[in-house]
Amino acid sequence: MKQLLSGNEAIALGAYHAGVQVATAYPGTPSTEILENMARFDDVYAEWSTNEKVAMEVALGAAIGGVRALVSMKHVGLNVAADGFFGAANVGVRGGLVLVCADDPGMHSSQNEQDNRHYARFARIPMLEPSDSQEAYSLMERAFNLSEEMDTPVMVRTTTRISHAKSVVEVDGERPELGPPPPFVHSPAKYVMVPTYARPRHPLAEERISRIAKMFDEFPLNEIIWGDRKLGIISAGVAYQYAREVFPQASFLKLVTTYPLPQDLIRTFAAKVETLLVVEELDPFIEDIVKSMGLAVQGKAFVPITGELSTDTVRRGAVAAGLLPEASTAAGAPAPAPEDLPPRPPLLCPGCPHRGVAYVLSRLKFGPKGSIAKGGNSGKTAKQWHIVTSDIGCYTLMVYPPLCAIDSCICMGASITLAHGLEKAGVAENTVSVLGDSTFIHAGIPGLINMVYNRSHSTVIVLDNETTAMTGHQGHPGTGRSAKNEEAPKVDIAEVARGVGVKDVNVVSAFNLKEIEETIRRCVDNDEPSVVIVRGPCTLHERIRGTPLRVNQERCGLGPSSASIPASTWYRFKSWFSEQGCRSCLDIGCPAITFEGGKAHIIADQCIGESCSLCVQVCPREAIEKAPG
Amino acid sequence: MHTETDILMTGVGGQGVIMASDILSSVAITAGYDVKKTDSLGMAQRGGSVTSHVRIGDKVFSPLIAVGSADFLLSYERLEAVRSMAMLKRGGVAIVDCAAVPPLSVTVSGYHYPSIDEVRQSLRTIARTVYMLPATEMASELGNPRVSSVLCLGFLSVFLDLPEPQWLDGIQRHLPPRLHEVNLAAFNAGVEAAREGRKEEGE
Repeated sequence: MKQLLSGNEAIALGAYHAGVQVATAYPGTPSTEILENMARFDDVYAEWSTNEKVAMEVALGAAIGGVRALVSMKHVGLNVAADGFFGAANVGVRGGLVLVCADDPGMHSSQNEQDNRHYARFARIPMLEPSDSQEAYSLMERAFNLSEEMDTPVMVRTTTRISHAKSVVEVDGERPELGPPPPFVHSPAKYVMVPTYARPRHPLAEERISRIAKMFDEFPLNEIIWGDRKLGIISAGVAYQYAREVFPQASFLKLVTTYPLPQDLIRTFAAKVETLLVVEELDPFIEDIVKSMGLAVQGKAFVPITGELSTDTVRRGAVAAGLLPEASTAAGAPAPAPEDLPPRPPLLCPGCPHRGVAYVLSRLKFGPKGSIAKGGNSGKTAKQWHIVTSDIGCYTLMVYPPLCAIDSCICMGASITLAHGLEKAGVAENTVSVLGDSTFIHAGIPGLINMVYNRSHSTVIVLDNETTAMTGHQGHPGTGRSAKNEEAPKVDIAEVARGVGVKDVNVVSAFNLKEIEETIRRCVDNDEPSVVIVRGPCTLHERIRGTPLRVNQERCGLGPSSASIPASTWYRFKSWFSEQGCRSCLDIGCPAITFEGGKAHIIADQCIGESCSLCVQVCPREAIEKAPG
Repeated sequence: MHTETDILMTGVGGQGVIMASDILSSVAITAGYDVKKTDSLGMAQRGGSVTSHVRIGDKVFSPLIAVGSADFLLSYERLEAVRSMAMLKRGGVAIVDCAAVPPLSVTVSGYHYPSIDEVRQSLRTIARTVYMLPATEMASELGNPRVSSVLCLGFLSVFLDLPEPQWLDGIQRHLPPRLHEVNLAAFNAGVEAAREGRKEEGE
C-alpha cells in the first residue's frame, strides 16, 4: 500500500512493524512527531519523559528487560542524554534499542547545528541514515535486528528535511505477534559498570564495531548507481537527493550506513571512478574517514560546511569546482525579490500568556520608572535595572521588537543557572530568569535547588502555560495528561519550589499586568531566592476564542478621557494633546493590533477577546472596549 | 500534466498553507505520481512566514524546489508572494490572494507594506501571468474566510492536469465532515474564477 508519509511518520510505522513495545522521547523539533505517532498505537507503551536523559535510560531499561525500545530526540537532546547513550554503548542490550536523533541543519528551530554523526563514532555505536521516508520506514526493522544481533544500541540519524518532508512509502510490513518479555537475566558483569567489569567491555565494543563495519559492506540499503564513471559521488541522507538532481549523469554510492563506513564497498566504488566526491551536509564526516583510508576525495572544498544544503548550494559548489559549467544567465536567471521587504519574524500569538510578563520585563528594563526599551539592547553597556536570562520555548520570542525583553538563551535549563552565575559574579543589575513549565521540569529543578543551597537572591519566573507549546502542545508532568492523552498525576510546580526550600513562592495571573509587575518588583528587591509562577493557558492549545475587542476610534488619540486613569508608572502620555493615537498598545507586540490613519485598530479575527485584555490595561485613554454583539 | 511540476506555496502561519499542500500532495499521489513535499515553518505557531514546497513528477529526488524553478507560486498573502518570488521560474504562473496581513514590522517599525499593484508589478518581472485573486473576500462571501486556502487550490487545479474526483476526495479526507460542503463550494468557486481569469489573460 502506498502512503505519503513524513520521515517521522515512517520511522514510527517502521518501528511499530519492527515490534517496538516501549517508546520514549522528550519533544524537540524536528523529532517530536515520532513519539506522537508511536503514542497512537494501542499496543505500544509511549511516554513523554521529563528530559532526553530520562528518555534514553527508560528505553535502555526496557531493552535490558528484553523488549524492543525506541527513543527519539532532537540533536541537542543527545547532549542531555549523552551519559545514558555512552552507558548503553558500554553495556549493550537484550531487546533491540534504537535511538532516533534528528539534526537541524539550517537551525529552523534550534540554537545550533551540531552534526550528531560524531556521537556515533564517539560512542562506537552503529548509525543508519535514511535519504527519504521509504528508507526511514524500511531501515527500522534492520536497525532493531542489528541491535539485537550485535548487542548494541543503534542510532538512526535524520535531519529536518528527512524528518518533516513527506514522500511516498510502500508499506509492506505488519506488526508481529508479541508475547510477554523473557525472564530477566542477572548478569552483573554486563550491567554493573564498576571498573573491574567495565574494562573488558571496552575491547568488546571496539571488536564489535569492526565486525559491524564488515557487515555494512553487504548492507542491502547501501546502493551503487552506475552512471558516467568520470565522476563518482558518495552521499547519504537528503544530501544524496540534492546531489542526484545536480549530477544526473554521475555514478553514486548512496550510503545508509554512515558509521562505521563500509570501507571495502567504498574502495570498490572509488577504484572504478575517475574523480571521487563526497556530498554531505554539515561536517566532513564521511570525507575525513574516506581521506584517512588514503583515497583522493573532495568534499567540503566545494560544499558548504555550514547551513542546510539544497540543490542550489550543491550546484554553486559544483560550478565553483569546475565540475559543472557556469549556469546560463539572463533568460534563465531568477528574479530576486525587492530589497527591504518588511520582515515577518515568529511572534507570540494574540492572547499568548507570555506577553504580559514580556511587557513588564521590557518596561522594567530601565528601572521601575523607566520607559519601554526600543529596538533591542545589543552592545549597550548602560546599566539596566535587571538582566533577564531566558530558557528555550515560545517565550524566547520575547527577544524580538517591540518587547526586547531577554538577554540570553543558551540551552535547556540555562536560565536559572546563568542568573545565579551572574549574581555570584557580582554584576550590578538584578538577575531574573524566565523559563516555561515543561523546561522547568526538564532541566530547571537542579538549578533551582542550587540557588537555594548556595544562597542566591535571584528571581525565577516560571511561565506556566500548561503545555509544551513550542513543539506543538505535548503533555509533561505538570499538565496532568500523558503522551496518550490519558489522565496522569500532576506535578505542582509551586509545591516543587517550596519543597526544595524556596520560601518566597508566588502564583499570579498571566493577564494581570499590575499584579505581575508588583510581584516581580517585590521578589527582585528581597534578599532571598524567589519564584513567580505566571499562570495562563496557551490560547492556541486551549482554542480560546472570545468576542474580539475593538478600538473606540473617537477615544483613541483624544487625550485622557477621565480622572480615573491609574497612577501606575507604566502609563505614558507621549501624545497627550495630539489627535494621533499614542501607540501605547503597540508596545505589547500583539499581532492583532494595527495602526493606520493615526489610530489603532484591532483585527477582529485575530483577537481572542476579554480573557487577554492586555491592550485594555496599557491604553491610557480607555479606548479599547468590547465589540458590541 | 508535465512530468515535473514544482509548486511553491507561501503564506502566514495559521492560514492553512500546510493543509492545502497536504491536500495537493495527496491528490497527486492518488493520480499515480511521485510526490515530495516539505514545509518551512521556522518557529512560528501563528503569524510567521510559512513556505511549502510540493514537487510532483515521475521520480522526484530533492524535496526542496531549486531557486528560479517553481512552475507555480501560490501565495495566501501578498507580501509573502513577493518575498518568495525568486523561487519562481521565468515564465511561471503566480496566483496570489490579495488579502493583506501586514506583519508587526509594518505596524510598529514603519516598513512599507506593498500594495496590490506593487505586488503585481514585482511578480510580472518574472511570471508569465500573475493572478491577483480576492480569495479571502470570496471565501467570506461563502460564509467562512478560512476556506480561502481550498478556494486557491481550486484555482490552481485548473492549471494542473489532476483528475477532479481525486481533488474532491483529497479535500474530504483532510477536513472534518462539517466543513466538507463549504470547502467543496470554495473549491468550485476557485475553479470558476480560474477559468474566467485564464480567458481574460488569453491563456
